[in-house]
Amino acid sequence: MPMPEWLRSRKGAQTEEPAQWMKCPSCGELLYKSDLKANHEICMKCGHYFRMHAPDRIVSLVDGDFTELGAEIEPGDPLGWVDKRPYPDKLQSDREKSGLSEAVVTGFGAVGGFTVGLGVMDFYFRGGTMGTVVGDRVALLFERARERKLPVVLFTASGGARMEEGMLALMQLAKTTQAVERFRRDGLYYIAVLTDPTTGGVSASFAFQAHVVVAEAGAAIGFAGRRVIEQTIRQKLPENFQRAEFLLEHGAIDMVVERPKLKETLVRLLDYGVGAAQGASPNGRAR
Amino acid sequence: MNPIVDREKGLIELGRRIEELKTLSATQNVDLSTQIAALEAEYAKIQQEIFGSLTPWQRVNMARHPKRPTAAEYIAKLDAFDELHGDRFFRDDPAVIAGFAKLRGRRVVVVGQQRGRDTKENVRVNFGMVTPEGYRKVRRLFELASHLGLPIVTFVDTKGADPGIGSEERAQSEAIASCLYALAESRVPSVSTIVGEGGSGGALALGLTDRIIMLQHSIYSVAGPEAAAAILFSDATKAPEAAASLRLTSDDAVLLGIADEVIGEPLGGAHRDKDATIELVLNAIERHLAELAPWTPERLQEARYRKYRQIGAWRARTAPSEQGPR
Ligand SMILES: [Zn+2]
Repeated sequence: MPMPEWLRSRKGAQTEEPAQWMKCPSCGELLYKSDLKANHEICMKCGHYFRMHAPDRIVSLVDGDFTELGAEIEPGDPLGWVDKRPYPDKLQSDREKSGLSEAVVTGFGAVGGFTVGLGVMDFYFRGGTMGTVVGDRVALLFERARERKLPVVLFTASGGARMEEGMLALMQLAKTTQAVERFRRDGLYYIAVLTDPTTGGVSASFAFQAHVVVAEAGAAIGFAGRRVIEQTIRQKLPENFQRAEFLLEHGAIDMVVERPKLKETLVRLLDYGVGAAQGASPNGRAR
Repeated sequence: MNPIVDREKGLIELGRRIEELKTLSATQNVDLSTQIAALEAEYAKIQQEIFGSLTPWQRVNMARHPKRPTAAEYIAKLDAFDELHGDRFFRDDPAVIAGFAKLRGRRVVVVGQQRGRDTKENVRVNFGMVTPEGYRKVRRLFELASHLGLPIVTFVDTKGADPGIGSEERAQSEAIASCLYALAESRVPSVSTIVGEGGSGGALALGLTDRIIMLQHSIYSVAGPEAAAAILFSDATKAPEAAASLRLTSDDAVLLGIADEVIGEPLGGAHRDKDATIELVLNAIERHLAELAPWTPERLQEARYRKYRQIGAWRARTAPSEQGPR
């Protein structure tokens, strides 16, 4: 597969030469990076899923190129936030580490022949938290896809709303919800793929507003963080609590899919929805 | 426990002494007017000191004051109220009071988050933390309001959605996401009033409305100050600092383009004169509803979309040099 032009142009953003080896946080095995990449970033020894960077995920999904949308929307520091470090410093170091300008990459590309609006959140940028830029980019994705009458596939990975942007971050739940609602009202089709972790404000807004909610195997998904619950009830939670499989069992999601099967699954789901979604449904509602 | 309650104690004691002297003066027929005037001046001075300019953390505690009027007290002052119960699936969540009501003669659907006024009540309403069943009741009523063409009136007061095992098992995220969705698609006017604590997504589930009113000492926050302090300052005792950083007061909400109106509270807080506060809030809601009443559903939806779309669109508003690093 040729490297998409979009990705090649991003390569310059990476400042350091990446290490050749990765240690599996689950089993401790040393893994050769290129082997890991060839194995969908799943540990060859124990099956642990490494969290994927947004550009790698996009490359794993799109047939050819990817046209980025909203890259010009960049973060400011609306509250002048300082805790242990000033917020602009945190953004700058995450930018250098990830080569991304914010915690979501949005744009258009083809997946198995279906042109889609594609959004991928990146947990390595501020824990995938949603501030004003993530809110703006996600809203823009749904608005542009609505204009082009294209389906949207959105991969979530988020610790919730970004505290450093205060109630402005909270209001992004409202902004993104409205964009999803307007998109769906036009009879268009939205698939969410929940990856590890999807919690807090992202989980309580666009992640669960999709027509079809897919979860990647093993992903932690929930509203409240695990530690918050443990502190509240003063007991340890079972290992499977808030895992994708747990949510499937409780009826909260449509399916759990293993990473190597994600693309083919998405292509099938797009095939069912795309023909029917072109204006057939009067109000876009199907709960 | 609540620092505001502690500081109030001296004031309440002083008020009691003034009353005693007044009674004494009247019954014993002695002139104590100089002493009374001195104590009253002292009272006014302390009151001004305590409440004249509250820090963000003091306002958090004011928002959480146990005597602060709750949703039920606002609803009790409506012209009529017929409560509707249940989510139709699992149970009726008492942390949400909802139903048909008449506000200044206008038929509305009202939804409020109910915080307890004492321990017994707090146990019953789960300290105002709503479970998925509560949010599903809310969603059902939002949809009913749109169906019948009745405006939506909400009272927001929660430190956050319930973080329990059962709530996660029954998909708390989906329940909140669906409330937000129902407000986004609603075709009727909606007004939310933050009467106490507006704690993160669990509060916003009742807050994606055409108009947002805040009481002066209510707060709206992306996270509780204690949780923010624990995560960002690695020290839960830094909640006062976190409260200041989070910019969660009603003044901040106006500056950030979120609140449409702030209703002033009596010196010392809404609980010092409940009836007057409730009256002011209901008048303000009615004023906004009257303004929105002639709007078509399309105009309401368009204005609502723009209202939230422009929140935090910083790039468009700031000069490139002010955009931070890079
Ligand atoms: Zn391993």
